[in-house]
Amino acid sequence: MTEQAGEPAESATGGQWPLWEVFVRSRRGLSHSHAGSLHAPDAQMALRNARDLYTRRAEGVSIWVVPSAAVTASSPDEKDPFFEPAGDKAYRHPTFYEIPEGVKHL
Amino acid sequence: MTTTAEPGAAPAQAGPDQDALDALLAEFDAAVAADSRIEPRDWMPDAYRATLVRQMAQHAHSEIIGMQPEANWITRAPSLRRKAILMAKVQDEAGHGLYLYSATETLGVSRDDLLDKLHAGRQRYSSIFNYPTLTWADVGAIGWLVDGAAITNQVPLCRCSYGPYARAMVRICKEESFHQRQGYELLLALSRGTAAQHAMAQDAVNRWWWPSLMMFGPPDDASAHSAQSMAWKIKRHSNDELRQRFVDICVPQAEVLGLTLPDPDLRWNEERGAHDYGVIDWSEFQEVLRGNGPCNEQRLERRRTAHDNGTWVRDAAAAYAAKHRKAQA
Repeated sequence: MTEQAGEPAESATGGQWPLWEVFVRSRRGLSHSHAGSLHAPDAQMALRNARDLYTRRAEGVSIWVVPSAAVTASSPDEKDPFFEPAGDKAYRHPTFYEIPEGVKHL
Repeated sequence: MTTTAEPGAAPAQAGPDQDALDALLAEFDAAVAADSRIEPRDWMPDAYRATLVRQMAQHAHSEIIGMQPEANWITRAPSLRRKAILMAKVQDEAGHGLYLYSATETLGVSRDDLLDKLHAGRQRYSSIFNYPTLTWADVGAIGWLVDGAAITNQVPLCRCSYGPYARAMVRICKEESFHQRQGYELLLALSRGTAAQHAMAQDAVNRWWWPSLMMFGPPDDASAHSAQSMAWKIKRHSNDELRQRFVDICVPQAEVLGLTLPDPDLRWNEERGAHDYGVIDWSEFQEVLRGNGPCNEQRLERRRTAHDNGTWVRDAAAAYAAKHRKAQA
């Protein structure tokens, strides 16, 4: 149950090519975002496959590929107390503060 | 619920006690009820996982087997324009298969295992691809009707409860729209062409109409997995609802094409605000599912051969990667 997350199903030696996560920058000025994953024997092939798989309609100007096994994730399930510290700190948001009406540029 | 569907996976759940399991299940049910998405590392019932693997694998297999009937016409496309379009479409189908295999792997299965099961006939693909493409007009009929039916099925899957499946479907649906429109345009050109071309277009529609209606699966009262899948929000609409939607969409489109749909019982029902249509021959559907369609053997054989013929390429790429890893070490 715990090992299936984001980890390659097989190692490179298991016969199946390793799994890579693909990140695409859709245009200049935007950050790369996760597009999906694919199998490839090495980084160069992963890049080429990613181009053919995720940018067939000019969806990107730059691609990153990262071995899935190299991704460290925050917790085995995504409802973890790990994120709780942020939960009760409403004062970190601008809407927490009451400002008299008519005050401008604030 | 968790113990019946997958005997092999049951022991893994012997660890946590029943209360913990109930709590996990309650959390899962609440997430589904709230229209939140289930993500790969969330706890999920074994039967939910098994249902997704079955459906997503079948979907992925359908995409790559679906390359065959159309690829059959690439070398004989009537113009360079049509050939370029058809190649792009067949390449898209390969891409759709890859999106879906990736998404399926997030459930903890390996891609090699999925392909082995396809090749051994232990996982299915859509029965529509067991029909032959006899003429060039079939490429148009597939785009209009088969991809049209697929879109009708797939648009609701973009809101499926399993995140990776829903995200793959968003990509796929965007691309399917091109598939359907190129097919429609192709049929329109034939329909408005010579008498022989028009007849060829009509013949293709005659052959693909009923199998396309069967793509939505058995009627609701005979569909084995429907009720549970709808409760899990994997499925959002029943087979018959989607089939009706498709019929209602196609009727006016056929009129513009100047082609008829081969169903004498097809007519507008004012009371229902929908079209009535004739009885589907489900015995044909069952026969094709059983492996007795016109092309079942040919499709699987072709797939196995292609996979075997690719072995040396996969081996060479792996050997090259290993050599360079060594050189860099």
